[in-house]
Amino acid sequence: MSNLNELYQEVILDHNKRPRNFRTIEPATHRADGYNPLCGDRLSLYLTVDGGRISDVAFQGSGCAISKASASLMTDAVKGQSLADARGLFERFHRMVTTPPDQPVEDMGKLLVLAGVREFPVRVKCASLAWHTLKAALDRQPEVSTE
Amino acid sequence: MSTTLAGRRDAGRERPAAGTDASGFDVQTIRADFPILRRRVHGRPLVYLDNAATTQKPQAVLDALTRYYTETNANVHRGVHHLSEIATIGYDGARSKVRAFFNAASDREIVFTRNATESINLVAHAFARPALAAGDEVLISAMEHHSNIVPWQLACADRGARLRVAPIDDRGGLILDQFERLLSERTRLVAVTHMSNALGTVNPVAEIVRLAHARDVPVLVDGSQAAYHMPVDVQALGVDFYAATGHKLYGPTGIGVLYGREALLERMPPFLGGGDMIASVTFEKSTWNELPYKFEAGTPHIEGAIGLGAALDYISGVGLDAISRHEADLLAYGTRMLESMPGVRLVGTAPHKASILSFVMEHIHPHDIGTIVDREGVAIRTGHHCAQPVMDRFGVPATARASLAMYNTREELDALGAALRKVHEVLG
Repeated sequence: MSNLNELYQEVILDHNKRPRNFRTIEPATHRADGYNPLCGDRLSLYLTVDGGRISDVAFQGSGCAISKASASLMTDAVKGQSLADARGLFERFHRMVTTPPDQPVEDMGKLLVLAGVREFPVRVKCASLAWHTLKAALDRQPEVSTE
Repeated sequence: MSTTLAGRRDAGRERPAAGTDASGFDVQTIRADFPILRRRVHGRPLVYLDNAATTQKPQAVLDALTRYYTETNANVHRGVHHLSEIATIGYDGARSKVRAFFNAASDREIVFTRNATESINLVAHAFARPALAAGDEVLISAMEHHSNIVPWQLACADRGARLRVAPIDDRGGLILDQFERLLSERTRLVAVTHMSNALGTVNPVAEIVRLAHARDVPVLVDGSQAAYHMPVDVQALGVDFYAATGHKLYGPTGIGVLYGREALLERMPPFLGGGDMIASVTFEKSTWNELPYKFEAGTPHIEGAIGLGAALDYISGVGLDAISRHEADLLAYGTRMLESMPGVRLVGTAPHKASILSFVMEHIHPHDIGTIVDREGVAIRTGHHCAQPVMDRFGVPATARASLAMYNTREELDALGAALRKVHEVLG
């Protein structure tokens, strides 16, 4: 049960119920769609990049609590960041969720609540979907799949 | 909510003897035959409700596999030595058991494959492709598993033919008059499932065959789900091809079955080429072995076939009529339980269905349901069940699915109910 509580922490439940930046941006300077065929999660990510900085970011889609909360937390985290910092954050997040559960991870502030997915290997992709979609949007790939 | 549905229902009534349900089906004796059911998962007794994905194996099947490798391992149809002889008798003896199980007319009509998917691909490749011309049609239903969609898409694309799809209604039943209307002069084959893996719907196969045969259209039926829930008589149904898979029939993975009417198999070219499927080989020309070996290239899954034979013996020993009565009782019980839970909606409520409880919970994604109930020891499937068009039809990205087998009990459905209440607790 402790593992379950670690996975479904209050912050995650809150972002699942009231996702931040849950809207579209029209027109967006960058956008990409993410799809996880395993569970049918889909999300569309919209960015406004202005002078090398993410001035606005939003997402839409349907998914499980983990993927939705992760997308919501991510949009909060990258808003206002430079493109280089956002890419760096992607790398750090990716490292965090793929670190074996018995090893320590870097303190990533609010994003640390998602470290609990490491105990649930099939759910790592749920947490990663938004981040892979972010990377695709920055790399200008229109669609990304976590399979 | 601590009282279970069973507790409420049976209050003040005489309860059947422990382990025996109202019909006298002794589920505890059956459970004792399945060693895996004794294990625990996350510290809880395993409640295995993912039978539509694969069923667990009785000791008799495990013993048959061990016995094969400890006593008779040899290649079949080749050696003159003793072991090869026994292995061949075991392998072809398993074929006779399959023939009897599906009441086919002859062992020549039973081809061993890897799984139902390969059985369907065999027909798509060796029957449909040669028969299809540009503008011809293959008719399937809207409730098919991907394995009964994609092989026909490939065959149709190859031949310039068209895949037609008979619609289903809001409860998940085939709309038969629309199916009939889609049978056209260009229809060369009908391919439908006997029972939907995502919805539980049981199709009126005999009626489908009657409508198709009236227009000289052959019918393939995907029996992956039906074969372990209800008696199947391919001659009474009148089907031309019937595909089944061993691992859902309480047998090993990697062994499947294709039943084909002999006259059709006879005129079909081989599917795969290699050893065992030939009569003679020269560099100029090869001739094909007789049925069913023409379709079994290379060393087959010998122990898989033998294990499947043992599984069919086990099923027949319990009796498919008794199994389907027991599962119908569980299905009704589980349906009432889920319908009584707030925020739960069943997907697939056709009047004629079996052993599948597909459902969604308001504001909660099936994947979260699956993870939380797993921690309670309850194994269910969550996702699109390899039937994405079915999910699209019902406007859901995925469902949670509890699927039943002969060894499941009402108590296990109560455990599912308790686990679902836990889902509400965790996700509030």
